[in-house]
Amino acid sequence: MRRFFSWLPALLFLGLFFFYPLAKILAVGVGSSLFIAPESLQIGFRALRFTLYQAALSMLLTLLVGLPAAYLFARYGFRGKSLLRALTAVPFMLPTVVVAAGFNALLGPRGWVNLALMNFFELQSPPVTILHTLGAILLAHVFYNTTIVIRVVGNALVHLDPRLEHAARLLGATPARAFREVTLPLLRPSILAASLLVFLFDFTSFGVVLLLGGPTFATLEVEIYIQALHMLNMPVAALLSLIQLLCTLAFSVLYSRSVTRTVVQVAQRPAETVVRQAKRWRERLFVGSMVALLFALFILPMAALPLRSVSRLEAARGERAIVQTGLTGDYYRELFVNRRGSRFYVPPIRAAYNSLEYAAITVVLSLLLGFPVASALARPKRLDRLLDPLLMLPLGASAVTLGLGFIVAFNRPPLALLGSPWLVPLAHTMVALPFAIRSLQPALAAIPERYRQAAAMLGASPLRTWFAVDWPIVSRATLAAATFAFTVSLGEFGATSLLARPEYPTIPTAIYRFLSQPGGLNYGQAMAMATLLMFLTTAGIFLIEKLRLPGAGEF
Amino acid sequence: MKRIFLLTMLAALLLAACAPPAAPVPGEPADNDIDNDALVVMTHDSFAVSENVVAAFEAENDVDVVFISSGDTGAALNKAILSKDAPLADLFFGVDNTFLSRALDAGIFEPYDSPMLGVIPDEFKLDPENRALPVDYGDVCINYDKAYFIENDLPVPQTLEDLTQPGYAELLVVENPATSSPGLAFLLATVAHFGPDGYLDFWAMMEDDGVSVTDGWETAYYTNFSASSGRGPQAMVVSYATSPAAEVIFADTPLDDAPTGSILGPDTCFRQIEFVGILKGTQHRALAEKFVDFMLSTQFQEDMPLQMFVYPVNPEAQLPEAFLKYAQVPTQPASLAPEDIAAHRDEWIQAWTETVLK
Repeated sequence: MRRFFSWLPALLFLGLFFFYPLAKILAVGVGSSLFIAPESLQIGFRALRFTLYQAALSMLLTLLVGLPAAYLFARYGFRGKSLLRALTAVPFMLPTVVVAAGFNALLGPRGWVNLALMNFFELQSPPVTILHTLGAILLAHVFYNTTIVIRVVGNALVHLDPRLEHAARLLGATPARAFREVTLPLLRPSILAASLLVFLFDFTSFGVVLLLGGPTFATLEVEIYIQALHMLNMPVAALLSLIQLLCTLAFSVLYSRSVTRTVVQVAQRPAETVVRQAKRWRERLFVGSMVALLFALFILPMAALPLRSVSRLEAARGERAIVQTGLTGDYYRELFVNRRGSRFYVPPIRAAYNSLEYAAITVVLSLLLGFPVASALARPKRLDRLLDPLLMLPLGASAVTLGLGFIVAFNRPPLALLGSPWLVPLAHTMVALPFAIRSLQPALAAIPERYRQAAAMLGASPLRTWFAVDWPIVSRATLAAATFAFTVSLGEFGATSLLARPEYPTIPTAIYRFLSQPGGLNYGQAMAMATLLMFLTTAGIFLIEKLRLPGAGEF
Repeated sequence: MKRIFLLTMLAALLLAACAPPAAPVPGEPADNDIDNDALVVMTHDSFAVSENVVAAFEAENDVDVVFISSGDTGAALNKAILSKDAPLADLFFGVDNTFLSRALDAGIFEPYDSPMLGVIPDEFKLDPENRALPVDYGDVCINYDKAYFIENDLPVPQTLEDLTQPGYAELLVVENPATSSPGLAFLLATVAHFGPDGYLDFWAMMEDDGVSVTDGWETAYYTNFSASSGRGPQAMVVSYATSPAAEVIFADTPLDDAPTGSILGPDTCFRQIEFVGILKGTQHRALAEKFVDFMLSTQFQEDMPLQMFVYPVNPEAQLPEAFLKYAQVPTQPASLAPEDIAAHRDEWIQAWTETVLK
């Protein structure tokens, strides 16, 4: 019964804001004969094949970068660590159009890399052509999702008792063998959790495929967007959405099966005791090359944006090749001017405020809903295993389908919610909730039950036990959960654009508004706004991670 | 064991769930939720209007006007169609001639014979029953980078046929008609010019010449086009006839001439006309009628060009100076009947995709 109550809030929430609108919108399409027509199925099959293929490749590559990076952050101390760690989370929330601009500035036909190579080797044409290839999609997915691995696996790693590894070493195991046979098995649940999240994000990838992959690639999500919003073909959109949902469900079932079998409870250690300085040359090489890799992968593409937001390109007429650059603060100044007297002008501070407010509500809601569920899942019974996969479904639902579902479901009393600014953080919470739960669950599962029993024996009330035992150990995972919720909300664009009112734009919607009209000033302002978003997120994550919660000082 | 904790969580959640309708989000104006007496206009993201123009209407009629926008034209229209049983708004603005039949077939509009229609030229009135009334028009044209053509001593192409001539290979970027409204408009221009049997041959040649395709206007213009701030590789882009004027108005440094121009040959441009309609089931029919009249009045029509970079359909409206100087109007824009577009659009897009993208 108690278990049922832990699930109740989250299930009510998902039932009302996910399953109900989804059922409503799918019902619009399912009745039609087009729904199971062979040509519709063929579209679905083709899209599904490519979606699975690119998602699997992207996930493997992300793990390849993410696992060593997680090890780096969990085990080594070096200068600028917190900042680098915070910066790796920034891509996660950047709107795709901005990331595309960053990649273009770096790797595009006239990007820095190509210009440098062409100058150096005196080439006639740009040697690097990655935009509009599968490579661009994979690169962008790694860029976006590595932070998931760093955070989810890193949190498990940081609390792992190093004495277990030491014991294995003492017994004669090589470092590699100790890692393979001791550390890796203990990390399995968190690696699985991270892989699933990364896979699902790649599986439902939309903007990256559309913008960086170009029009020759279409995932299910892209196909749904085309069918629903451009062909106005709801039956096919419904079919594709259903395929996507069923796949998500299948992955989640597989995941929860394999993860619940492998949880090992171990005594956790405060983070400080496992972090060390790189001393031997091999360690130094590892730290040095990982930092360099992360720098190249995360900082360089992003650096293009702030740089572009303060520089003006002045090409003299007829000398387009020679681009003179000048420093300017105009774009930032212009953000504060309502030059056209528009009804929908919003000062950037206001948009930032809207974004932060939505993000704060999302953080609170996802933690409130996520904690009870994660606690139940940490000691799963049959009911929990049954309900578990449902939680991941929102990640697999198309933002377009769900957005349209909201319109059908909430347009009349008693649920006349459309137009209410609350819909935006509610939609964000749906995406953030799986992250919150998956961040909390491995940490909660690893707490030895006897700690709690000891506390209870000593006369602590359940509440006191929770604060004295659970909280200090999971506080770090809570921060990770909060970070995810925060970034998901700050960067979300798809659902926001369908639900937000034009008077209350978030930063991403404001960026898109600037980019929808020609002119150097509009482009510059979009870059300035994107820089603000990057700055806000970095600062936000930095603060969340630095926050010493009461009672959490030790861990 | 954790009962107290869980109960606290539950109570907090219930409180949170009950709060929204009563308490506005802190720091936001109190009129968050659309109040019942307001006139609600549903539209797309690109809609913009001056504050003082709307305020004048609001003062005159003692009503609040609320705009709800969602995504591009297709998204907004789909929203209107899906919610037609319990309409979210009193009016819908922004359905264009490529989507018009879809809107009319779905029966979302009530007819309204506005007295203002008298001054509007007949070429814009595509719905004889006046369920959808024309408000503005604009031409989707190819923009070119003036500097590139001067530098390379290359004549600017004048017709669609010119584009397939040697010298222009790899110089054009277009948008995917399946995901972009200007992309669709340009595809329709080629269908209008070469006919439903000939347009694919043109596109096959363009494909051989290395035409670039992007998902939408933003990428085409800012990433691929060489005269935009993105400094891309292509010297020609499918954009709007008004884009050169926007380049001057939104220039980083004051410009005395537009860095781009539009190719205004026969059928190189496609005319998009945007319509407004009163949504079936409105509770504010009288006010909605007044708003339609207002949108067609010179006050609103003269505000549109600099807000949305479109032309007024009301010939009495004065154009702003920047438009007269830098924006050009094609003399022979391509056009197709809305019924034709509705009947064949998906099939044309499909065939185009097979030809250009596969």
